[in-house]
Amino acid sequence: MDRLAEQIGRFGGVNLLPVALALVAFVLIGAPSSWVTLTVAGLAMGLMVFLMASGLSLVFGLMDVLNFGHSAFISFGAFVAASVLIALNHWLVADSVILNALALAFAFIAAIGFGLVAGWLFETIIVRPVYRDHLRQILITMGALIVSEQVILAIWGGTPVTVPRPHFLEGSWIIGDVSIEVYRGFAFVLGALIFVGLHFLLNRTRIGLLIRAGVENREMVESLGFNIDRLFIGVFMLGSALAALGGAMWAGYETLITPALGGEMMIIVFIVVIIGGLGSIRGTLLGAIIVGLTANYVGYLAPKLALASNMILMMAILMWRPKGLAPAVK
Amino acid sequence: MSLLSLEDVRTDIGQYAVLHCISLEVPEGGVFVLLGRNGAGKTTTLRSIMGLWRPKAGAIRFQGEVISGLHTAEIARKGIAYVPENMGIFGGLTVEENLVLATEKGKFDPDRLARIYGLFPALEQFWTKQAWSLSGGQKQMLAVARAIVEPRALILIDEPTKGLAPSIVAAMAEAFRDIARTTTILLVEQNFHFAKSLGRDMAVIEDGRVVHSGTMAGFAADAELQNRLLGLAT
Ligand SMILES: Nc1ncnc2c1ncn2[C@@H]1O[C@H](COP(=O)(O)OP(=O)(O)OP(=O)(O)O)[C@@H](O)[C@H]1O
Ligand SMILES: [Mg+2]
Repeated sequence: MDRLAEQIGRFGGVNLLPVALALVAFVLIGAPSSWVTLTVAGLAMGLMVFLMASGLSLVFGLMDVLNFGHSAFISFGAFVAASVLIALNHWLVADSVILNALALAFAFIAAIGFGLVAGWLFETIIVRPVYRDHLRQILITMGALIVSEQVILAIWGGTPVTVPRPHFLEGSWIIGDVSIEVYRGFAFVLGALIFVGLHFLLNRTRIGLLIRAGVENREMVESLGFNIDRLFIGVFMLGSALAALGGAMWAGYETLITPALGGEMMIIVFIVVIIGGLGSIRGTLLGAIIVGLTANYVGYLAPKLALASNMILMMAILMWRPKGLAPAVK
Repeated sequence: MSLLSLEDVRTDIGQYAVLHCISLEVPEGGVFVLLGRNGAGKTTTLRSIMGLWRPKAGAIRFQGEVISGLHTAEIARKGIAYVPENMGIFGGLTVEENLVLATEKGKFDPDRLARIYGLFPALEQFWTKQAWSLSGGQKQMLAVARAIVEPRALILIDEPTKGLAPSIVAAMAEAFRDIARTTTILLVEQNFHFAKSLGRDMAVIEDGRVVHSGTMAGFAADAELQNRLLGLAT
């Protein structure tokens, strides 16, 4: 048994979980073409959820702040991007890939810009006064979430908003009897690029070194002469912007969004962060991919269990590894 | 003028008054030893100097300037390094990363690095290892090394020999002697023999108050005083 564990560890340990999941699903689903479609959908969802969750994980790890308002950035990102896409609809339907892409880029930039500014305001006005007080953090950030949902309702109304997609991301690639939605491929690639960028930032730069050190021991980082408050604001803004971008990508993925989006994603995002291990970007990616795959496989095999499956997954993983799959060292 | 002075410093932790009246004069150069029983307030004194607890009364001066009330990061940048009781090592970072974080510009001064390698050869050996995998003694070496990566006027060190094997304690004493040639060390220590061999001046804290201060030579010669203040049966 120990030897088996050692062998598994050598080939990637917990990183093999998504692979194991995909193999089990392959057997259960039976039809290879459906399996490929679901796997691609799961990976695409996983990477978008990763964007949404990474900020929450970093903010908790570094600042020890439980931000239940995090999903407000996701839904605002989605709605801001949707508004920009609707306004630039004539570019989206144009026959020029450049105009298509520009419209999408503007939508994403608007979401990111919103995330940065709103993150800065949120951190300085709402979170700063309740550092080191978890109960008040939960109450005040929950309050902010409810208020922001009402604001979305007031601005965009309660009816679902249809999100136009750029022309060049419509449709599917057909390979044999397998069909892959282009937008899913796009979401996967963009999400993967951002993960690589974040990984580089965290592991190859001085700021990243400071963040990783701060996740472990804030007092010691201060004692070395670094102002951790400035680092906090920066990380909070980055996390909010990533969540807004994730929401923007999600809007294009779902093509129909409602103000309830934030609340729905919040549950998933929390599951991901808890599974992955708070404060760890690698763990967040792992958790997001596992959750994305599970949601799609179970959604196909037993649709009624889709949400429960991820909860069960979280409980099972917590019983096995109470700190999550790949926690930041504390 | 002393390098560091505390005047009637009082510090509360939460609603508990922990430091009642701490007055100290730490002269420049050498090792100043702070002694006291468990729970006397030694760690709290160091944390108050570092700004990790905010004193509610009294003044802390460093190089003539009042530092009490400043932010921890500002206090550190004035030239004070801190080696906490739990060492404060970043376990997920490599030995190199732990040390490079303490540099001002992200680059090592080659001479200082050579000196660190000379004092603590184990650090060079485990340079690329994650710090959590080091032994207790090696972690303590890393914590001390991190405090001397940049030139500092004062290093606060909290119980560096706790739980270490005698051979490592001896190496540590050697390193401190070397460091104290260029830097002042304020050392909190329970191991009296270790402290005695290093200290020039000293003070004893009891229940949040300074109950004795003087030279180490004088204190070391007075067995009755030691017994009364520290409960050492020599
Ligand atoms: N975080 C805290 N909350 C409440 N009380 C504390 C806290 N830290 C320390 N104290 C109390 O303050 C007093 C002084 O503690 P301090 O850690 O400064 O003692 P010390 O001299 O360093 O002891 P030791 O030799 O055991 O390290 C103790 O009575 C302790 O119980
Ligand atoms: Mg102590």
